[in-house]
Amino acid sequence: MSPTRVTQGTFSFLPDLTDDEIAAQLGYALRNGWAISIEHTDDPAPRNNYWDMWGLPMFDLPDPAAALIEIGECRRAHPDQHIRVSAYDASYGRQTTALSFIVNRPA
Amino acid sequence: MAERWSAGVLQYAEMGYWQPDYEPKPTDVLAAFRVTPQPGVPPEEAGAAVAGESSTATWTVVWTDRLTAHEHYQGKCYRIDPVPGNPEQFMAYIAYDLDLFEEGSIANLSSSVIGNVFGFKALKALRLEDMRIPPHYAKTFQGPAHGVVMEREYLGKYGRPLLGATVKPKLGLSARNYGRVVYEALRGGLDFTKDDENINSQPFMRWRDRFVHCMEAVTKAEQETGEVKGHYLNVTAATMEDMYERADFAKELGSIVVMIDLTVGYTAIQSMAKWARRNGVLLHLHRAGHSTYTRQKSHGVSFRVIAKWMRLAGVDHLHAGTAVGKLEGDPASVRGYYETLRCDKADPDPVRGLYFEQDWVSTPAVMPVASGGIHAGQMHQLLSLFGDDVILQFGGGTIGHPMGIAAGAAANRVALEAMVKARNEGRDIDFEGPDILRAAARRSPELDAALATWGDVTFSYESTDTPDLVVTPS
Repeated sequence: MSPTRVTQGTFSFLPDLTDDEIAAQLGYALRNGWAISIEHTDDPAPRNNYWDMWGLPMFDLPDPAAALIEIGECRRAHPDQHIRVSAYDASYGRQTTALSFIVNRPA
Repeated sequence: MAERWSAGVLQYAEMGYWQPDYEPKPTDVLAAFRVTPQPGVPPEEAGAAVAGESSTATWTVVWTDRLTAHEHYQGKCYRIDPVPGNPEQFMAYIAYDLDLFEEGSIANLSSSVIGNVFGFKALKALRLEDMRIPPHYAKTFQGPAHGVVMEREYLGKYGRPLLGATVKPKLGLSARNYGRVVYEALRGGLDFTKDDENINSQPFMRWRDRFVHCMEAVTKAEQETGEVKGHYLNVTAATMEDMYERADFAKELGSIVVMIDLTVGYTAIQSMAKWARRNGVLLHLHRAGHSTYTRQKSHGVSFRVIAKWMRLAGVDHLHAGTAVGKLEGDPASVRGYYETLRCDKADPDPVRGLYFEQDWVSTPAVMPVASGGIHAGQMHQLLSLFGDDVILQFGGGTIGHPMGIAAGAAANRVALEAMVKARNEGRDIDFEGPDILRAAARRSPELDAALATWGDVTFSYESTDTPDLVVTPS
């Protein structure tokens, strides 16, 4: 059975985030010193941890612009896939994902 | 010297249990007691008596002390402070040598420190306020079976508090009806549902039937949402054998979490923590019964001590208060409990009731659970008080929703996500919280109905338990 709307991620119960709203969340991640990564999957009902990586995590970004460009590229390449953006906290005691939300859904 | 060892009764302070010049060693276990002596008992003698009775002393001089390196084993009261605003009470600080305790045993630690001394006649009342567990001792405990980081990676849920609800009514539902509540709440948007503390295996619903129905509900909700979901299956039972049987069955059905009550006892909790780590199942602890000894500030054990012991014992979840809900909890103290469960290193903080520094030396964090009389209209306060690493449990606030259980769950999830989003955008949720909720409700009839039903409900009563190290801000 395929879910009507995959509600994984931090903001799936809100209307899909606009690019400006995505940029605001990425800004929060960067202020916290977190790295940004993009992943996508062709599984319509993804339950797995490991989606395909869209490049390597982006460390030390000065602002969200470059990450937004990558999100755009990933959407153009995989318009019918789930795409998620994650922020990674490498600090001692965490060393895990700090924020993760879906930025593209299959039509 | 001769007098010290003459047969007869001697003041504890004169037997070496009061040592104002003692410098605690980094390896010492430290304890802060709130002491209310009987009239005429000087504070130093009361503190020394507590140190003595919780370590080596008995009521009279015994020559067999001389067969030991008794000075090493004596508890030492090294400091007495007045309690602001209460001339009858004193804070007594006591240092215990590491040698006094068995490695990795909460039963032994608690039998030593609170075993005998609370009934001592020379004291009107006694309360254990806090302890410092040195790294050398902390490292002898397993600690949380998984901890906050691993739990999030199991669940694939990041950057927001988790949401839960306790199935209500807590007694009387058949397994089939009970599972219905679980299914509706999980498909509606909650991450977890929960058995209550007194749901074990009663005539109206036996444990096996409940487990089977709840897990059908969990699995179906997972398929519909694409999320990992869990129901805390309460495996509390009369014997360890029964608990292991129930936990094994929960795991066999694919449950990611089991639950126990504090009433099972410290040793059973430690056994279940080992089971949980061995089997890759999260361990939820409901603090059933704790208020009988944690709530009154003149006598008993502070919850911050229980929190510390339970982190050592190895649970993954522990109820730690809401501050804004229906159950007791001074907000500053509650934040102190959260700090105790989550931080790796804490400095003393008198306002939060943290009497000592505490270094957890990479012991995993426990996920605190806020449960009892909280609702979606308080989301900004809850997020501001507790941050992301907490499970917010809205039992009545989910199941009592006028549009149904799934709608109640969705209302909570929408409120939560809207508040996290706003906070991350840099908005001041303490002030703008109600506006943020109202704006989110315009796109969510479920949240709109929840705010209309509970928006104004508050529980404003004065706390009975405040730290008192400094005057409590009101």
